[in-house]
Amino acid sequence: MKFRIYRYNPDTDKAPYMQDVEIKVTSDMMLRDALLEIKKQDESLNFRHSCGEGVCGSDGLNVNGKNKLACTTPITDLKEPVVIRPMPGRPVIRDLVVSMEQFYNQYRAIRPYIIRKDPVPEVEMRQSPEDRDKLDGLYECIMCGCCSTACPSFWWNPDKFLGPHALLQAWRFLADTRDQGRTERLDALEGPYKVFRCHTIMNCVDVCPKNLNPTKAIGHIKALMLKQSI
Amino acid sequence: MTLATRKFDTLILGSGGAGLRASLQLADAEARVAVVSKVFPTRSHTIAAQGGVNAALANVTADNWHWHMYDTVKGSDYLGDQDAIEYMCRAASHLVYELEHYGVPFSRLDNGKIYQRPFGGQSQQFGEGGQATRTCAAADRTGHAILHGLYQQNIRAKTNFFDEYFAIDLISDKDGNVLGALVMEIATGEPLLIEAKTTLIATGGCGQVFRTSTNASINTGDGMAMALRAGVPLQDMEFFQFHPTGIAGKGLLITEGARGEGGYLINKDGERFMERYAPNAKDLASRDVVSRAIATEVREGRGCGPNADHVMLRLDHLGAEIVGKRLPGISETCRTFLNLDPADTPIPVFPTAHYVMGGIPTNRFGEVVVQHGNNSEELVNGLYAIGEAACVSVHGANRLGGNSLLDILVFGRAAANRVTKFLKGHRYHKPLCQDSVDKAMQRLQRWDNKGDGESVESLRSELKLVMEQHCGVFRNEEVMQDGIQKLKAIRDRLPGVQLKDDSKVFNYARIEALELENLVDISMSIMMSAGARKESRGAHSRMDYPNRDDENWMEHSLYYLDGDRHSTKPVRTKPLTVETFPPKERVY
Repeated sequence: MKFRIYRYNPDTDKAPYMQDVEIKVTSDMMLRDALLEIKKQDESLNFRHSCGEGVCGSDGLNVNGKNKLACTTPITDLKEPVVIRPMPGRPVIRDLVVSMEQFYNQYRAIRPYIIRKDPVPEVEMRQSPEDRDKLDGLYECIMCGCCSTACPSFWWNPDKFLGPHALLQAWRFLADTRDQGRTERLDALEGPYKVFRCHTIMNCVDVCPKNLNPTKAIGHIKALMLKQSI
Repeated sequence: MTLATRKFDTLILGSGGAGLRASLQLADAEARVAVVSKVFPTRSHTIAAQGGVNAALANVTADNWHWHMYDTVKGSDYLGDQDAIEYMCRAASHLVYELEHYGVPFSRLDNGKIYQRPFGGQSQQFGEGGQATRTCAAADRTGHAILHGLYQQNIRAKTNFFDEYFAIDLISDKDGNVLGALVMEIATGEPLLIEAKTTLIATGGCGQVFRTSTNASINTGDGMAMALRAGVPLQDMEFFQFHPTGIAGKGLLITEGARGEGGYLINKDGERFMERYAPNAKDLASRDVVSRAIATEVREGRGCGPNADHVMLRLDHLGAEIVGKRLPGISETCRTFLNLDPADTPIPVFPTAHYVMGGIPTNRFGEVVVQHGNNSEELVNGLYAIGEAACVSVHGANRLGGNSLLDILVFGRAAANRVTKFLKGHRYHKPLCQDSVDKAMQRLQRWDNKGDGESVESLRSELKLVMEQHCGVFRNEEVMQDGIQKLKAIRDRLPGVQLKDDSKVFNYARIEALELENLVDISMSIMMSAGARKESRGAHSRMDYPNRDDENWMEHSLYYLDGDRHSTKPVRTKPLTVETFPPKERVY
């Protein structure tokens, strides 16, 4: 199978280049297996990966123009040559490894933890199964970055627009019946950029390897902000 | 060149559940905490835990910590230390409630309480009252829910994170006080010395010693190997858990919760064979029992598939709603990797290397202890170990499902409290020991000379194959002695291994080389300890010594790197407040 892989080592390369590689594959391989096979032949190729089953979120890559997790992408789904680039819009550290600093900063900015004002009981806080269901489709996010780095608004304003990932997580806490920080959360999302740079392009929904829907979550946030303001 | 240096009260190596529970406790106690991790914290392997965490909340069936303790002691095949087990089981409920308060999205019962499911080896009334329902779950993504919850709390507590830093070695002085660690920033390849009054090892397991495992590629036993190099032994390393239901040939984990929700195993004749091996608990017997049963079915020709090399896990009778609601994660895994829906089609499974019960010996406060002379234990000053990297020992010879997430919470917190106490009495850093720093630097610099020597990849594949073939579910003397010779040969070849790329920026080949060194030492500790233990107990199953031998082997094994030395220490059979559970025949 033929691959074209983005290569760049700031120690030795003046500029990034595309490397053509051909390897033998078997039909049960995921893209991560193929990359590991390539790395066997050339250990200087670098990419992040760990769990191999789509739960750790390490191996987000841009594959034939679309962000995917390497470990859950069957190679039989891919057209040749398979063009593999780092996730777009982020500074490249080396080869397929990008800096995710801005992405993590935006996550921290939404205060991603339960805010409680009342004392907590000595046992669990009660939550009905229906209320708990509201967190499904939100808490499963693995922070791979496929969504935010596929989002044109995030490419343009990564410092000002929170991006689909952080906004999905902002909604995860707004939607949690145990959280008591709704007012300050909504206040912190005010302004033209943080939420409102989302133009519902929906690349995030298209690429999410966990089939989550940040656009829908952003819609919920906007509706709640509107409700709050009247 | 001067070495960059940072100083903290506490250095935590590893950012899985154990490390993050400890760092949270310490940061909230206003200690200056640094967490070093070779991956971003939510990529740590706690993320992959599926089924849940055990606590006798009694939300579904009657339950109490004492029954949980009995099950854990029995599950450990009486090798667990009963003081630590009592401590863990008593703390469990409080710690799970605390997680809930942190925002962990547990699944819920109709009355709004935390959802619990039955898991293997759980009973009511000390084994007399039938199955218990003790495992608190967030669908089948409990590890994900907990790890994210703990990371989020650490963001609140403003813990210092050193993400994508690889720990090279512990730094200690001539008197054996641990003073911190030398680490390396992966993005730049630059070393960094972190001085700390206390150092906690929370680096997780070492499943990468086996060719097929449920473990992530990062699980290379780095902290355990660091402890070995610092002269600390590893305890009970022969006890490696094979999870009964890894996806056959691939190793991906299918949670025990699948059987907890009512799934069962069948052989090629469609027989529910667990009824023969465990007439009462059946498919919810302890993991060692179920794994041996599957391996036996396959060995005796009752395996499924064209090569008769696996059995089937049936969930199709549960209905799409239960499977979708309670087991969404493994359903997704089956669809992605097997192209099947477990609500319709059985899953091919086979026992797969999963968890090491052994590790760095500690007491129930997470303090690392070494044996001195006639059974007296001494602390390694400033060094703590928690989670899978440690051996407290609460799991003994076989861990119960749902007890590992509990272990990391309980001992993460306990160790942090002990550290806080230590810090009160130790206000200043001890003087640095340059010799120790130089030695750690040499370990790093050894990989600076590139060349055409043997590759990391080729030696590593060979190592994993040796472990699989010589130290699997069933073991015997001849096969293991042969394996030890092969491991020694691999160890002898290690100095000839060379990198082809010695560049600095994000050079993961260099990390993999350092990991390989760790894997070699860990493998030796496993195989040597397994060879020495001449009995069958828990996960250590020998064809030539098929029975448990309480007279001679109610002992923990210790492996020292220096001279591959083996010794033992007694099991702590006395609990904190209750009566000892004496060893008896273990049937399910």
